[in-house]
Amino acid sequence: MTQSPAERSWPLWEVFTQSKEGEPHQHAGSVHATDAEHALQNARDVYARRNEAVNLWVVPSVVITASTPEDVGPFFDPANDKAYRHPQFYKVPKGVKVF
Amino acid sequence: MPPHPALVPALLRIGDDRLVLGHRTSEWCGHAPILEEDVALVNIALDLIGQANLVLQHAGALEGTGRDQDALAFFREAVEFRNALLCELPKGDFGVTIVRHFFHSLFSVLQWEALSRSADTTLAGIAAKALKESRYHARHSGGWVIRLGDGTDESHRRAQEAVDALWSYTGELFMQPANEADLVSAGLTPDVSTLEPAWRAQVDDVLRRATLRVPEVVWMQRGGRDGRHTEHLGHMLAEMQIVARSHPGAQW
Repeated sequence: MTQSPAERSWPLWEVFTQSKEGEPHQHAGSVHATDAEHALQNARDVYARRNEAVNLWVVPSVVITASTPEDVGPFFDPANDKAYRHPQFYKVPKGVKVF
Repeated sequence: MPPHPALVPALLRIGDDRLVLGHRTSEWCGHAPILEEDVALVNIALDLIGQANLVLQHAGALEGTGRDQDALAFFREAVEFRNALLCELPKGDFGVTIVRHFFHSLFSVLQWEALSRSADTTLAGIAAKALKESRYHARHSGGWVIRLGDGTDESHRRAQEAVDALWSYTGELFMQPANEADLVSAGLTPDVSTLEPAWRAQVDDVLRRATLRVPEVVWMQRGGRDGRHTEHLGHMLAEMQIVARSHPGAQW
């Protein structure tokens, strides 16, 4: 498979943005960049120039370990048939008005 | 303190630098080496044109002859522009673009810092806003100067060629007009010649880290501040101004 010039020379970084202080960082997308500072600047320009963020994380994409589509069954199915794990399973006593 | 009419020429120098450099930078739109850099350069172009918009609007209001920022941008001839020659040179390769931004944005940071303390509160407000943008521009271009200078053989060669080609255009940024002493003493504008030592110290530091050398040039180009421009400005203005001149008063 041939690689584009960017794929040959500039690594990919995943970008996480925090929309306001105290909120969790959420995945926003990815950028190509030569180094961490460059990735931070590119992330700022691509994902955070319209007040979308107060803080940014950039992470080299290669260090992320992800589950695969084949993992869907063993990883996630067991949760489906154990309804008692969900709060909705339990009936709230009539006397309870305030949570 | 009320605004000072003699500020107008000083404001034209400040606004025209950003307008012309902003337009030059916008020429990268769709042509940068990679998408992310295309976005970064166009952001910078928009920041600069936005700064020019505010400064020229203020200049037009002080001038008091009914010219707004659009009239100043689109209906002046090259000889009426007061930008430094550095800003109007063709965009060149990526190295030239980056080194020019590096030289000008470091100057801009120092100039906006001083202007944010101006006795003209409108100008001080514009400067405070623009300062944040220019600090980012300096960070962007400074990082790239080091990356290119201390990068591959080709990137080092091109970055050094850009430094050599542009160096003699940097002196004009620090040439203070002799007839503006009253603006300086009134606290309206800084004497730009006083900004040079701090600028030079930062340039030397980054170029050293980039393994680039400062050329030994004694002669500095000048003329833009007096309306004597290179051949390049007229061509650039022709493209920048044609729509506004073909459809005067058009709204969109």
